[in-house]
Amino acid sequence: MTNHWVDIKNANVIVVMGGNAAEAHPCGFKWVTEAKAHNHATLLVVDPRFTRSASVADYYAPIRTGTDIAFLGGVINYLLSHDKIQHEYVKAYTNATFIVNEGYKFDEGLFSGYDEPGRKYDKSTWSYEIGADGFAAVDETMQHPRCVLQLLKQHYSRYTPEAVSNICGTPKDAFLKVCETIATTSAPNRALTFMYALGWTQHSVGSQMIRTAAMVQLLLGNMGVAGGGMNALRGHSNIQGLTDLGLLSDLLPGYLTLPRENETDYQAYVDKRTQKPVRPGQMSYWQNYPKFHVSLMKSWYGDTATRDNNWCFDWLPKLDKVYDVLQVFELMFHGKLNGYVCQGFNPLAAFPNRAKLSKAMSQLKYLVVIDPLATETSCFWENHGEFNDVDPATIQTEVIRLPSTCFAEENGSLTNSGRWLQWHYKGAEPPGEAKPDVDIIAGIFLKLRELYKKEGGAFPDALMNLTWNYRIPHAPSPEELAMEYNGKALADLTDPKDPTKVVLKKGQQLDGFAQLKDDGTTSSGCWIYSGAWTEKGNMMARRDNSDPSGLGNTLNWAFAWPANRRVLYNRASCDPSGKPWDPKRTLVYWDGAKWTGPDVPDFKADSPPSEGMNPFIMQAEGVGRLFALDKMAEGPFPEHYEPFETPIDTNPLHPKVISNPAARVFKGDLEAFGKGKEYPYAGTTYRLTEHFHFWTKHTKLSSIMQPEQFVEIGEELAKEKGIKAGDRIKVWSHRGFIKAVAVVTKRIRPLTVNGQTVHHVGIPFHWGFKGVAKSGYLANTLTPFVGDANTQTPEFKSFLVNIEKV
Amino acid sequence: MKVTRRQFFKISAGGLGSSSIAMLGFSPGEAQAEVRTFKLARSTETRNTCPYCSVSCGLIMHSLGDRAKNAESAIFHIEGDPDHPVNRGTLCPKGAGLVDFIHSENRLKYPEYRAPGSREWKRISWDEAFTRVARLMKDDRDKNFIAKNAAGVTVNRWVTTGFLAASASSNESGYITHKAIRSLGALAFDNQARV
Repeated sequence: MTNHWVDIKNANVIVVMGGNAAEAHPCGFKWVTEAKAHNHATLLVVDPRFTRSASVADYYAPIRTGTDIAFLGGVINYLLSHDKIQHEYVKAYTNATFIVNEGYKFDEGLFSGYDEPGRKYDKSTWSYEIGADGFAAVDETMQHPRCVLQLLKQHYSRYTPEAVSNICGTPKDAFLKVCETIATTSAPNRALTFMYALGWTQHSVGSQMIRTAAMVQLLLGNMGVAGGGMNALRGHSNIQGLTDLGLLSDLLPGYLTLPRENETDYQAYVDKRTQKPVRPGQMSYWQNYPKFHVSLMKSWYGDTATRDNNWCFDWLPKLDKVYDVLQVFELMFHGKLNGYVCQGFNPLAAFPNRAKLSKAMSQLKYLVVIDPLATETSCFWENHGEFNDVDPATIQTEVIRLPSTCFAEENGSLTNSGRWLQWHYKGAEPPGEAKPDVDIIAGIFLKLRELYKKEGGAFPDALMNLTWNYRIPHAPSPEELAMEYNGKALADLTDPKDPTKVVLKKGQQLDGFAQLKDDGTTSSGCWIYSGAWTEKGNMMARRDNSDPSGLGNTLNWAFAWPANRRVLYNRASCDPSGKPWDPKRTLVYWDGAKWTGPDVPDFKADSPPSEGMNPFIMQAEGVGRLFALDKMAEGPFPEHYEPFETPIDTNPLHPKVISNPAARVFKGDLEAFGKGKEYPYAGTTYRLTEHFHFWTKHTKLSSIMQPEQFVEIGEELAKEKGIKAGDRIKVWSHRGFIKAVAVVTKRIRPLTVNGQTVHHVGIPFHWGFKGVAKSGYLANTLTPFVGDANTQTPEFKSFLVNIEKV
Repeated sequence: MKVTRRQFFKISAGGLGSSSIAMLGFSPGEAQAEVRTFKLARSTETRNTCPYCSVSCGLIMHSLGDRAKNAESAIFHIEGDPDHPVNRGTLCPKGAGLVDFIHSENRLKYPEYRAPGSREWKRISWDEAFTRVARLMKDDRDKNFIAKNAAGVTVNRWVTTGFLAASASSNESGYITHKAIRSLGALAFDNQARV
């Protein structure tokens, strides 16, 4: 979230789309209720199903799954053609004025530079024109035919209300009603928030769906303001934390990135990431990349990391490609992976195409599962009849299962969706011999070290020299680890303005990332978390819930990254002269000498408005990008592409380019996609409020509330197929089938799309063959093995199925 | 005297009825929500955070035992933390059933081992488990570690064993997992943020 849960109460319009917060985030949704009750907010819900969020909405518009870019592209067209944008904001704070390279083109569904055999783009024309001064060229009048605003108008002019209705199945009047309500927030004193979740991420064009909404927000001037923003309602309690800490194939902590194998020169690696401003006077905060990187390497390798060895740069693994989970299972499927270690993760249920996963895992030499519960993954080799029909004797995988503690049995912090790091405390001992994850990782790691010390082996340098100065080496304390990622001074640090003044003594905890250095005198294991544990102690454990501004920014409750800031980009809540657009929602302001206010300014504190520094300080331009340059795989403007399995078997905008041309599809998976003729219904998976993924079927209360697997279909489809509520039905895709009880509802209505009727089939995914609930089929039996072109997040939300009564 | 709602209930439970405390001239600050006190008045309270969705509701876990060295704690009740600015004491149906997660009959208690082709689990010790896991990892790593790629460039990567980290584990678990696993050269390494 750019904003946070409580801030939702400040919104005037709330759009729940690509998510269903009332069911999936019930206690956060209360802030929607609060906004409606006390801020007269209007709630709009756009979803294929009439969800519980929709049931309390002021207005609900149905949409076909996977077509959100068409819908939101239509919103952009509406805002531009009805002149409902916040002009001053768009001109000053977005790249609307920037002039684009003349080689940039878009034609028949493809952008310039497409490499068809490689399914990727040469993005060199997706760039700015550079002026004689070496900076990006701009046209303040925004009349230049190649300025971003004009290109934007041109690109989305095709997304007429008729085109939107034809693709999305949303009735035209419903679409226009949503547009009108959204457009009211172009006024500087009105704010709109988007609340989305996996309903946007789990598509082959998921990242671009989110981008389209973010562009809407930039046009309306809703980024950086109280009650505005792009608010990703993340799925797990610490998925934000694990992302921040970089536990992904190609990341390092704090959104630093691992080098590719063509980046083996340290200087070239940091220079590329040390973004210089592309407009005069901009901050371009990534200029500090070397400070963050060197401090990380000092945390990991201590005195061994020196300037002379480039801070152990050679020790970092170099990527030949990204090993995302789909790539890893593809390798496993082909017998190219030998071992797999799953910590608190149930991939047999959580990734797509269960038959492929099961075959892949059966080829592993060894599998290690660290979990508090007996998951399907650890038991993938057990025969559970129709729900897991395998023969253990033929599965030669060695499996080791290690019991870990759960939340209640350890100290530590979790980062919520609003970026708050909140500390929690142990309340009891774990059952049996279960151990904390930290101790299990330490146990494995120390045993490995022991073996390498004794036997030698492949490249032991990095693992043998990793800092491990914990008081109890086999059980590092959460407190020590938190202090480590915050970082400390490795030498006396002096005030840059007065070198005689020592700010921090050697060994003291840093106050924040502003103190980081690239000369090896500071360490920090995750720069954005610096400030979480300072000399004042554990800032994450703070519990003062007072809210002096009334906007909900409880600055003394826990710690929010970065720098305890509650609303990101909050400089944009003020006009260029430093005055809040809307005094009633003042977050920060220029007081004549500095930036100050009820939130921590997201800006250079002493830069007066007259200097012209712009609010989006992480960007080299200082402004928000309506044109994404080369940052996205499939184009600088989001374009509607159909899901890989589409019920209409065409793309009404450009029939030759149906689905995402830049998405990676493995051989074999392409053949496993179904066509509309055989599989006429749009399948989509979802969560229930009573369950959490595959855990809560292990708990009695949740299992009592929702004991048995079901599939939701509309009354019209049920009638067509002769299915009554309570009948057992079979649902199958090109990859397999499940059987479940039919729930027939009015919540799913047929839509008219491109001249044909499209029915949705709703598939809650909480059941499996382990747990105290009634056993069921893993819903990922049905889903396709393809992901978003940028993130490789699987397309769980849009696929094709057929159904029949059993 | 400024008393928060929760302190007020503590005082009340200490002996006097709440109405008589109020009559003494101090009343509690405005409540954001109220907890039932009577059954829980003598339990030990521990602050925690719900491990399910990312709203991260504040929790109060009530346990038996007073944290004395030889007293074993047992959590018997969990409710929303009324002081928490986001959930203000509320919990959803999942969160309200958290105590059943802690005490689920499917909690794992001991390290276990399943041999290739076997139909059963065998209980093993932690030392056996760590030794075996380290052995398997080291053998695979030593055999398949790529120090230099085909072009002779130093790449120091290990991609024949994959790792998944847990997005319900703490930041501290996540941090040390990243640190340790990356030092082995691992790249086939993701967490639930990918899906």
